[in-house]
Amino acid sequence: MTQSVVVQVGQCGNQIGCCFWDLALREHAAVNQKGIYDEAISSFFRNVDTRVVGDGGSISKGKICSLKARAVLIDMEEGVVNEILQGPLRDVFDSKQLITDISGSGNNWAVGHKVFGSLYQEQILEKLRKSAEHCDCLQCFFIIHSMGGGTGSGLGTFLLKLLEDEFPEVYRFVTSVYPSGEDDVITSPYNSILAMKELNEHADCVLPIDNQSLFDIISKIDLMVNSGKLGTTIKPKSLVTSSAGAVKKQHQKPFDAMNNIVANLLLNLTSSARFEGSLNMDLNEISMNLVPFPQLHYLVSSLTPLYTLADVNIPTRRLDQMFSDAFSKDHQLIRADPKHSLYLACALMVRGNVQVSDLRRNIERLKPSLQFVSWNQEGWKTSLCSVPPVGHSHSLLALANNTCVKPTFMELKERFMRLYKKKAHLHHYLQIEGMEESSFMEAVSSLSGLIEEYNQLDATKSMPVEDFPRLSIAV
Amino acid sequence: MSIVTVQLGQCGNQIGFEVFDALYTDSHCPQGLCSKRENEAYQASCKERFFSEEENGVPVARAVLVDMEPKVTNQTLSKAAQSGRWKYGQHSCFCQKQGSGNNWAYGYSVHGPRHEESIMNLIQKEVEKCDSLSGFFIIMSMAGGTGSGLGAFVTQNLQDQYSNSLKMNQIIWPYGTGEVIVQNYNSILTLSHLYRSSDALLVHENDALHKICAKLMNIKQISFSDINQVLAHQLGSVFQPAYSVEGSCHYRRNPLGIDWQVRPPLSGLPTLGKASLNRGLHFNMSIANLVILRGKDVHSADLGGFKDSALYTSWLEPINAFNVWKTQRAFSKYEKSAALVSNSQFLLKPLDMIVGKAWNMFASKAYIHQYTKFGIEEEDFLDSFTLLEQVVASYCNL
Repeated sequence: MTQSVVVQVGQCGNQIGCCFWDLALREHAAVNQKGIYDEAISSFFRNVDTRVVGDGGSISKGKICSLKARAVLIDMEEGVVNEILQGPLRDVFDSKQLITDISGSGNNWAVGHKVFGSLYQEQILEKLRKSAEHCDCLQCFFIIHSMGGGTGSGLGTFLLKLLEDEFPEVYRFVTSVYPSGEDDVITSPYNSILAMKELNEHADCVLPIDNQSLFDIISKIDLMVNSGKLGTTIKPKSLVTSSAGAVKKQHQKPFDAMNNIVANLLLNLTSSARFEGSLNMDLNEISMNLVPFPQLHYLVSSLTPLYTLADVNIPTRRLDQMFSDAFSKDHQLIRADPKHSLYLACALMVRGNVQVSDLRRNIERLKPSLQFVSWNQEGWKTSLCSVPPVGHSHSLLALANNTCVKPTFMELKERFMRLYKKKAHLHHYLQIEGMEESSFMEAVSSLSGLIEEYNQLDATKSMPVEDFPRLSIAV
Repeated sequence: MSIVTVQLGQCGNQIGFEVFDALYTDSHCPQGLCSKRENEAYQASCKERFFSEEENGVPVARAVLVDMEPKVTNQTLSKAAQSGRWKYGQHSCFCQKQGSGNNWAYGYSVHGPRHEESIMNLIQKEVEKCDSLSGFFIIMSMAGGTGSGLGAFVTQNLQDQYSNSLKMNQIIWPYGTGEVIVQNYNSILTLSHLYRSSDALLVHENDALHKICAKLMNIKQISFSDINQVLAHQLGSVFQPAYSVEGSCHYRRNPLGIDWQVRPPLSGLPTLGKASLNRGLHFNMSIANLVILRGKDVHSADLGGFKDSALYTSWLEPINAFNVWKTQRAFSKYEKSAALVSNSQFLLKPLDMIVGKAWNMFASKAYIHQYTKFGIEEEDFLDSFTLLEQVVASYCNL
């Protein structure tokens, strides 16, 4: 069994991270009734004897004493991290595994990346090495951050290069929150484009998220909850947005509901690696199957179900509905249209009481309406995990490598160009040592290259699927 | 005559458990439909073949469990132990933590050399427990990383180390519509390597097993457990002791010792070319068929249909290609049962499909970087394609 370390950077990253740890504890508490520290829990948590002072307190087996998250918290402002450390989850975090500063990055990627990057490089490495030492077999780093700000965006991506150099064998999965068009941070296009270059070059897999999609999911749920239809009592724990039954009893901040959705994404992503099932899928298989070319590693995610109705049995029809929902735009965590774009690969990660025949039946049913690239017509990766998420009898996470991310990137590029042409706010960046106009040009060029790769694949969409001539052999 | 089983990867281990369970359950089935002595001889033979004795009397499967991550082997070991009827050896399991990531190259080039010694030692220990070794039965899937890549590596090692023993690989052909996206790559790499080191490849297709569950057994929600049990049942009916045609009194028939490798005559013969053109009949051409009958009335069964020369390729006499084994002892409570093991064109179409899909993907270079990262270069792919195209052509020309 392998371990993963979560590195949460910036305000957004830390807030999502906090929700993640909350829900992770809830999930393990539900599965692990006997309180034994097993391999599943060890993937995200250490078991520590708090009576031991210093570093030697790790316990590898037996009863759970005190769980510590395998996390590194980084923020260049103190507010968010302090709140976490004073909140109900304070005991879950190792107080030594954090790096904070006071002044913040001022929504400036260059400050986050260049200034704080070099200032805190050694400390960051030290904390990362410490986390890695506590792992028996470290497989993956999960980085959570936003793209539009300064710390998450700049320092978060600085980290990626560090991780690649220091831990080349360990996967780097990045959950990135992209800014929406109406983002109130004016310089978010600059920050995002500069960050994109780093993601292109140093991330193994990126799960882009946008706030608008999360918001839409919440609206949909609210509509359902408040509709007052007969028989629509929803089990509170089953809401993908809820913290019911978790340590944080009620939503303390308005973003909690949205952050819980992302937290659930990460839990479902790792469920088949942590828990048993009839067809397991480890984290290294995600990259292997969903990334056909190194640069094309952006995955569109969608989660179902969003809630469970309390008093309804689950007939097969309902199960099939879950699969259909996974391919509906309402359940995606990023605004995109995969059905009308080209699939390069698709993974279906199922949890709960679902068998291989259900999976096959639904793949057959949904396949005709989806367009797959010519060389990967049956590009499906599937996994079956026996343990359902809290509050559900089954769930599905669909990860798609699809050209539908192209419009998002193109829009980002346009917003960038609008600002850049006027040289608006550029001086804030250029005054930082190491930043020049060429940095911007390189970043745009990297993004353009990526868009072009998607374009070329899209061009094959309308072409007939031809088989390449096979090798001819003399018998 | 004992068989040592090596179960590799999630698929191999899940299936391995079901196979041993089926073998055990059948051999201890009270309704053998034969005399007590007959039954005892059957039981003893099965036991010697697949199980070894331990101090407290619980039979221990002659098996080595290998996986690169612990979840499945842990489950398998505990399921067997919990059954109370048989179990796996305490130290017969080798596992690691990270898995192979569905990457054949990782299984073959990284895990293989790294763990070669440990795995071969475990196998050696199992071999030493046998009075006389029939050969090896290796259970693996083609689609993943461990079963396929490490399985190919281990088979090669077995060929080097035990060149006089027979090796039969049970390979699982994945679903056509994908369980793993790179399954076609993994499959062609596996098949091409196994072709060079294995004596026989016994193939089961997930699609076919699935259909059996759906159509013949009417199971509504088919699970992998159901599929594996069907497979185990089929394997059990082939591997359980049976008498050879010569009517010997002892259950000595070596299921692995069938001469599956038939060589076609030299290309000088004119009939070869002509036969391949006349495919209008679409008859599935065989080069070898083995029928195993168990239960009531086995000696009076009419097998004339199997001796029809239309079934066999033009350069083989049915007499040379057809074999039958019989035993009165019923299998798994079925009054009468028959199993057919066939070396024919049956797999030509699936093989052709897999090679075609893999070729298309290869032509676009998709996913190749994941393999070159671990030492499997484009030439290795090309070698595999070449070998398999030859196999396809050979079967086509039957």
